[in-house]
Amino acid sequence: MTRVVITGAGCITPIGQDVGNFAESLFAGRSGIREMVDRPQDLHFTRTATVEDFQQQEWLTANQRQIAERSSAFAIAAARQAVQQSGIVAAYPGDSIAVIFGCSVGGRSTEDQEAEKFHKRGARIHPLTVPRVMASSGTSLVSMEHGITGPAFTITTACASGTHAIGLAFQMVRTGAVKAALTGAHEAPLTHVFLKAWDGLHVVSPTSCRPFAADRDGMTLAEGAAVFAIETLESAEARGAEILAEIVGFGMSSDAHHITQPAPAGPAAAMQRALDDAHIAPDEVGYINAHGTGTEANDRVEAEAIHRIFGERARTLPISSTKGLHGHAIGASGAMELLATVLAIRGNFLPANAGLGEADSVVDPALDLDHVLLQNEPGSPKVALSSSFAFGGLNAVLAVRRFDG
Amino acid sequence: MNQVAEECIALIAKQKSITPEQIHLDSTFDELALDSLDRVSLAFDIEEKYDIEIPEEKLGQIKTVDDMVTGIEEAVRRKSATPTTNA
Repeated sequence: MTRVVITGAGCITPIGQDVGNFAESLFAGRSGIREMVDRPQDLHFTRTATVEDFQQQEWLTANQRQIAERSSAFAIAAARQAVQQSGIVAAYPGDSIAVIFGCSVGGRSTEDQEAEKFHKRGARIHPLTVPRVMASSGTSLVSMEHGITGPAFTITTACASGTHAIGLAFQMVRTGAVKAALTGAHEAPLTHVFLKAWDGLHVVSPTSCRPFAADRDGMTLAEGAAVFAIETLESAEARGAEILAEIVGFGMSSDAHHITQPAPAGPAAAMQRALDDAHIAPDEVGYINAHGTGTEANDRVEAEAIHRIFGERARTLPISSTKGLHGHAIGASGAMELLATVLAIRGNFLPANAGLGEADSVVDPALDLDHVLLQNEPGSPKVALSSSFAFGGLNAVLAVRRFDG
Repeated sequence: MNQVAEECIALIAKQKSITPEQIHLDSTFDELALDSLDRVSLAFDIEEKYDIEIPEEKLGQIKTVDDMVTGIEEAVRRKSATPTTNA
């Protein structure tokens, strides 16, 4: 079976606008969750994780600035970093590379701004509104910048968009449909309207995201992007590219249950299929970067799914959610979390489940997970999972392996 | 050069990330590499700025910066000549 490896990565996140800074924040447990400077009235929450001081003018050309709104701009910047590190655009013909991104809500800031102008004063809508709000705009702009003419599309599966996108790209490279891919996810959902919409769901934390905590009270919304360059091991080695990690498995499932409430069978099936796809036994998994949103329902259901797959070992398996650091960037979360997972297996450290281990916050005993990482721990797992479980029961799990040559 | 021309040139310069000195009244949109999206976007920005509407048929005839300035001035004149009604 053809092996697929990651040879480049880039990111624009609340905890770092390149991989080096993201890693530093991850190691230091430095959270990007802050009090909102500008927020709508009467919200039940006050914190988000935003990309502060993003230099859109520096990242984008004049032509890109006309079309790209914040979400697409994040994609352009993260993709350029991944291209520079990997060199895949120079290494392969443009028609043999794919661009597959996840994006759930598209150009939300443009849509809200134009809708307000229209409803308040009957103003005309800006003629570039359509290309700005398309969820696939980031994919198009990245393909145009790098002259990539192979398959290019955007996957939208709410909070699992990024993981689905990376999984599909992995499958396409593995089967030989393309030689390489730029894949990841981008999202910029933090508009007043969107924040109010989430407020209405009563799943956002009025304090701060504490996944798996006994006193958890919800997620913290975020924005950003992470992008990877992937290709076959054979060609990466032939051209002497640095290999960051190997993607070994991908599993998907649907709960077919409820539009917001999760159920354990779906997440468990996605984990099992990722393990089966990778031909690895549950015992070989040394770390799970959990979806871990910090909502009561997700963490309870995810814990149950982990128990179903890992049995007794669920109690000792190191698990953390890094959403307490970078927040929940909806469709982009899975890509950021894969980056955290790759850095963990490369850096011989397992990142803490931020938000826990502080003050009186303890792991929820009802979850029966005894090795939620209260602090960074040394560790060198050979295989790790990165899970994303979306509203509407759309589940995706990636399995990655440390590359030892 | 009048104020409308200066403002028009400033908008184009910003849109194309070039200096105003590179733009002249007789510069054509082709010379300035303004594609169809650039043109509709520029027209929209101008209409917003002057609170005017340049008719579709007129937009199609605008090929140079000078044409654009003339189009804006005509639209502004039309607007100020339109009688207002007191309900």
